[in-house]
Amino acid sequence: MAVKRMIDAIREALDEELARDESVIVMGEDVGVKGGVFVATKGLIDRYGPERVIDTPLAESGIVGVAIGAAMNGLRPVAEIQFADFIYPAMDQIISEAARIRYRSNGEWQCPLVVRAPYGAGVRGGLYHSQSVESFFAHVPGLKVVIPSNPADAKGLLKAAIRDDDPVVFLEPKRGYRAIQGEVPEGDYVVPIGPARIAREGEHLTAIAYGMMLHLTMQAAERLEREGVSVEVVDLRTLAPLDRATIVESVKKTGRALVVYEDNRTLGMGAEVAAILAEEALFHLDAPVRRVAMPDVPATPYAAVLEDAVLPNVDTIAQAMRELARV
Amino acid sequence: MAPRSPAATADPDLALLEPEKLVEAYRLMVLARALDERMWILQRQGKVPFVITGQGQEAAQVGAALALRAGHDIVLPYYRDIALVLALGMSPRELMLSAFARAADPNSGGRQMPNHFSSRRLRILTGSSPVGTQIPHAAGAALASRLRGEDSVVLVSFGEGASSEGDFHEGVNFAAIHRLPVVFFCENNGWAISVPSRRQMNVEGVARRAAGYGIAGVAVDGQDLLAVYRAVAEAAERGRGGEGPTIVEALTYRFVPHSSDDDDRIYRSADEMAEMRRRDPIPAFRERLEAAGLWDEAKEERLRQEVAATVDDAADHAERSPQPDPATVMQHVFASSGRDGHPWRSSA
Ligand SMILES: Cc1ncc(C[n+]2csc(CCOP(=O)(O)OP(=O)(O)O)c2C)c(N)n1
Repeated sequence: MAVKRMIDAIREALDEELARDESVIVMGEDVGVKGGVFVATKGLIDRYGPERVIDTPLAESGIVGVAIGAAMNGLRPVAEIQFADFIYPAMDQIISEAARIRYRSNGEWQCPLVVRAPYGAGVRGGLYHSQSVESFFAHVPGLKVVIPSNPADAKGLLKAAIRDDDPVVFLEPKRGYRAIQGEVPEGDYVVPIGPARIAREGEHLTAIAYGMMLHLTMQAAERLEREGVSVEVVDLRTLAPLDRATIVESVKKTGRALVVYEDNRTLGMGAEVAAILAEEALFHLDAPVRRVAMPDVPATPYAAVLEDAVLPNVDTIAQAMRELARV
Repeated sequence: MAPRSPAATADPDLALLEPEKLVEAYRLMVLARALDERMWILQRQGKVPFVITGQGQEAAQVGAALALRAGHDIVLPYYRDIALVLALGMSPRELMLSAFARAADPNSGGRQMPNHFSSRRLRILTGSSPVGTQIPHAAGAALASRLRGEDSVVLVSFGEGASSEGDFHEGVNFAAIHRLPVVFFCENNGWAISVPSRRQMNVEGVARRAAGYGIAGVAVDGQDLLAVYRAVAEAAERGRGGEGPTIVEALTYRFVPHSSDDDDRIYRSADEMAEMRRRDPIPAFRERLEAAGLWDEAKEERLRQEVAATVDDAADHAERSPQPDPATVMQHVFASSGRDGHPWRSSA
């Protein structure tokens, strides 16, 4: 297997799906001639033409709205929002429209749409190029929310998202586009939307993470291993619908749970995971569920020292693991 | 060319449609009005929870529908379009099933409020309540049809209030850039709930905005069925010919309050209402048919009886139809939803 960067795995997925299925189109700001600001779509317009790789006007609601109409009428659009931070004008289209089309038409219409967006902090992007938006969407039944943590998953999950008959919000940890490399299987494969992945087996506690935080959590787990604490790490991969079974089973085994997410602490994914564990694994818990998350600031500040002060890192995650193991 | 009726020279527009089509257009307007009036009565009787209808806008709606190929062209209607969907082929029973929120409501199975139209059979794309959201969908639907090489046209309707939304601009702009065959059909009835159109825009009408997108824009008398028919037919033709989208603005009236929750006496005068009623498109069209020798008192009497029976049947049928089964509330959340709406196994 070849080692690839996350961004290249994503481009491969788009390329292969465009080649495989004529109903797949790619659209968004700068996705054509330039190939996207992160070059995720580079070269696709040359191969598939401007009818299927569409440079749109700078209009997020319009991008998603047009994609929804195309999806209802038989296409499988992959709409790119340049940064997740700019997805808010399209929220109404995603929530009021895409998520509800199947339900509101009693199953007559469907909306097989993928909305891709680079998201997350750690790139010195300041308030408006760093946000975690996943919880807004994970709250909405009818939407699937997927966040890959490595190139192989990114490719396989994106292919699954494109083939899915439901709308998928596909969030790509932009800090990992180039930073995260990994082996990517040759040939066509999909990673199913839904199941979480045990990224690392362990005995003493379970750490639950996704996206970029998965890597920091893995590094922290290795550190704890050297200190004699064995940490199991669960990579959620799909935030909605959430794989409750895998989380609950792992925590039943270890008796302790830490949730790591770079989103604001309040009402983020950690809150949901903690609630599930309270409902379904309380009598297996040897310690209260813990969370490591960003404090409730309106978004990541720009100055390096400020950003570092709010984001979870290997030290803060490892420290939380230590404390949890000691309880 | 359609066969000319005797008085066609005095009223040349009558030649736009064959005599049977003219009579059918009149029947559809009368039927839509009668269904609409009955819905208000049913609401006041406490039999249906809510109504929102389109009295006054029938000519605009039927005129537009007759310019389309039902089941071939794609339509994204808005909540006033009872006459439009009726003209496309939705039945009075189906409309009443929607008013009563019954299981057999073809639009949503009772999940949505009335007049949130949807029909795969008629290529009516499911709609929602936030106004204007369907406008970019129309551009996307047209994009998809063109990519497949179909010659279908897309018609999307909305009020002038909705044209203030960003989605109107984003949808029209996209369709204009890509020269998509979309008819943006604005039914301008002068009011967005209580706000008059002069507080909605600083230009005289929505059609004027077309220039800003580099597309055709036409304003027509929305009380004149044939004027609307002609404008929409020309816009559809333009679309099919690769000349891009058109904004067609039908200047019309709303005879009823915004919805069953609205009291329109608060914001418009009795005089204004009476003045509007004088421009009722239904008697106006009947006079044209009579002048052309296509209609008379006896035909009118028969039609009124037939329509009354149809409306009774539709309301009775819907009232007697089963309610949706509460056991189905979690269905259709996802393509593969099980009973709990979850697409795959959960631990709970
Ligand atoms: C986005 C949004 N804002 C507000 C409303 C509430 N609302 C429903 S209809 C309406 C007025 C719409 O007026 P117009 O578009 O002119 O259509 P008309 O009802 O006059 O036919 C409003 C404000 C809504 N449905 N959607």
